[in-house]
Amino acid sequence: MYRQTEIVQEKSPGIVGESGEFTINVGPQHPATHGVLHLVITLSGETILKVEPHLGYIHRSIEKMCESLTYRQFIYVTSRMDYLSAHINNHACALAVEKGLQLEIPPRAQVIRVLMDELTRVASHELWWGAMAMDLGAFTPFFHAFRERESINDIMEETCGARLTMNYMVPGGVMQDIHPNFQRRVKEFLKLYKQKIHEYDELVTGNIIFQNRMKNIGILSPEDAVSYGCTGPTARGSAVSCDIRKIYPYEIYDKLEFDEVLEEGGDSFARYMVRIREMQQSIRIIEQLIDNIPEGEFQAKTKAVLKLPKGEFYTRVETARGELGVYIVSEGGTTPYRIKFRSPGFSNLSVLDHIARGSKIGDLVAMMGTLDLVIPDIDR
Amino acid sequence: MWSLSHIANEIHRWLNDLFNPTWALIIEMVMAGVAVIGLFAVLGLVLVLMERRVAAWIQIRLGPNRVGPFGLMQSMADTLKLIVKEGLTPDGADKVMFNIAPFIAMIVAMLLMAPIAFAKDFQLWDLNIGVLFVTAVSSLMVVSILMAGWSSNNKYSLMGAMRSGAQIVSYELSAGLSIMTIIVLTGSLQVSDIIHAQNNGWWIFKGHFPVWVAFVIYIIAVTAETNRAPFDLAEAESELTAGFHTEYSGMKFALFFLAEYINVFIVCAIGATLFLGGWMPLHFGTDNAFNQAMDWIPSSVWFFGKTFFLIFLIMWFRWTFPRLRIDQLLNLEWKYLLPISMINLLLATAMAILGWHF
Repeated sequence: MYRQTEIVQEKSPGIVGESGEFTINVGPQHPATHGVLHLVITLSGETILKVEPHLGYIHRSIEKMCESLTYRQFIYVTSRMDYLSAHINNHACALAVEKGLQLEIPPRAQVIRVLMDELTRVASHELWWGAMAMDLGAFTPFFHAFRERESINDIMEETCGARLTMNYMVPGGVMQDIHPNFQRRVKEFLKLYKQKIHEYDELVTGNIIFQNRMKNIGILSPEDAVSYGCTGPTARGSAVSCDIRKIYPYEIYDKLEFDEVLEEGGDSFARYMVRIREMQQSIRIIEQLIDNIPEGEFQAKTKAVLKLPKGEFYTRVETARGELGVYIVSEGGTTPYRIKFRSPGFSNLSVLDHIARGSKIGDLVAMMGTLDLVIPDIDR
Repeated sequence: MWSLSHIANEIHRWLNDLFNPTWALIIEMVMAGVAVIGLFAVLGLVLVLMERRVAAWIQIRLGPNRVGPFGLMQSMADTLKLIVKEGLTPDGADKVMFNIAPFIAMIVAMLLMAPIAFAKDFQLWDLNIGVLFVTAVSSLMVVSILMAGWSSNNKYSLMGAMRSGAQIVSYELSAGLSIMTIIVLTGSLQVSDIIHAQNNGWWIFKGHFPVWVAFVIYIIAVTAETNRAPFDLAEAESELTAGFHTEYSGMKFALFFLAEYINVFIVCAIGATLFLGGWMPLHFGTDNAFNQAMDWIPSSVWFFGKTFFLIFLIMWFRWTFPRLRIDQLLNLEWKYLLPISMINLLLATAMAILGWHF
């Protein structure tokens, strides 16, 4: 039934309260929130006194939906959580199911999974870089970022059949073998990327306006990063070592050579630099693997209907935004009894109020950009 | 020779033959008004299309290329769309102020057209305080923005307007002081005098260091004055959705949009007149073959060429730089640009007294 909401109309004198403070709604539809995030900001002039995130505008109850889907089916829903790292979400879920089934994954599948994860990470950081520059008022970087991101999407399209929500990882391996062009296309991408990466620094990183907007803004101390549960580049910008690929290696990450990127500053610029340098580490991983994809099966032999034994299974992976945990409670049936996702965006958003207080409204937008929020990941 | 001033003189003579002088003057005024409005419309269409093509070129994409040849009719189509859209007035708005504000923006932009010399001896009003008139009238732009921001009864609009107020008033100073540099060197406020003083070389060439500094400061200050990126804090899309014109739609929005582009044209025209010689062709020294060759190019081509070069420069800024924060914006003006332009003005004065320029 249609429910009428009471509309409170403020007349002109009510625009600013007697104390000079006023609240302003940023979102749910606002160019800076990149989605349907709703921030209620209390301001005094241009200075922020409080930020209150309101969630739930894109809540699709994915966790509840997963309870009525089988262990093969529920993975597809998780592509829609953090749509920018769909592969990595699928990967986390596949790992959780495999843990329950105690499956051995063929080496070829492991390498393909890691390759796809790292390509996704680069693509996600590319989009973040463009959107971040757009938050700061520069439009051009967005298009430059998309130029490289498009070629990753083309690679994905060829092998997975989709550009955004790939659904490529399945329990036991990957859905199908890589496309014959895959290795050539990835090498072409690496070549293109290395030619263009210096443009990123010339256009944005080295810009004096950009550096003044980013440095010493939104400082997050290591203690706060830990106590708010921040993970991923957000926490690593405060020099908190939290890369799941290093601490709890899954697949073949323990055999690969790459560095965990840490920055000391804790400000917006440190978080920015972590992501820029992380892209280069991902490229390093891809370079190590692209010529060394072992022959063999791309999927382990599994039964048609998967049944997890009674128990609780937890896996975690490093997405482009931080730590994604998948917690499955099984009663021994074909569907999970309960699923809980620990999404990185939710914890990273919680720190926004803490770091934004006392800064200007323009900085809030920059900070939101460096937290790299994907709203469907927060709401699920 | 066949030129714009020639046509203007022919019309003037023809009208005086047909009517008595009073009627001829009235008809000439009406014609000038119609010409300004026509120029307005044409400039709006051309500049919007130019901005989109320049942006596309910088952003490695094609830009509008579907409507008409090379997308030339795109801005016509956009204008048509804006005309037929509903011009909404919000319920809580101060309706009179809200509806007047865009027209004030337009009127200010139109007034600024008066002292600009578009070609040799082709000028609407060569008043003896031409440059002062421009600096004075262009300050009125802030009135329309403040009116729009306040009357919209929207917090985003109000914040945008307040930012804009602080910004325009501050950057007026630097722009004024850098214009003063040229006035000191020329010794006249009249636009035609300033142009004729550059007969043997533009000020940017013969003015040495102080004029270069003044030129750079002028370009920065007018970019801020016209609310263009990287100083577009009044609009600040990612922070304030659309700033002071958040609540405007249809033709009322289009008037703000148009006024912004016309203002860009005018400040660039003034910049070209003061620093790059206006319609004056590229001259070095006096009476040589090079100067005569340059004189073959019509003066209007020189004027519009220089102006559009400066417009391109300002568009280039917009599509390359991120936006400043409000406190950084005001720091830049009050802590750097203003002291530099004051010292620069003293230098220029010393140079003018000692006669160190050519």
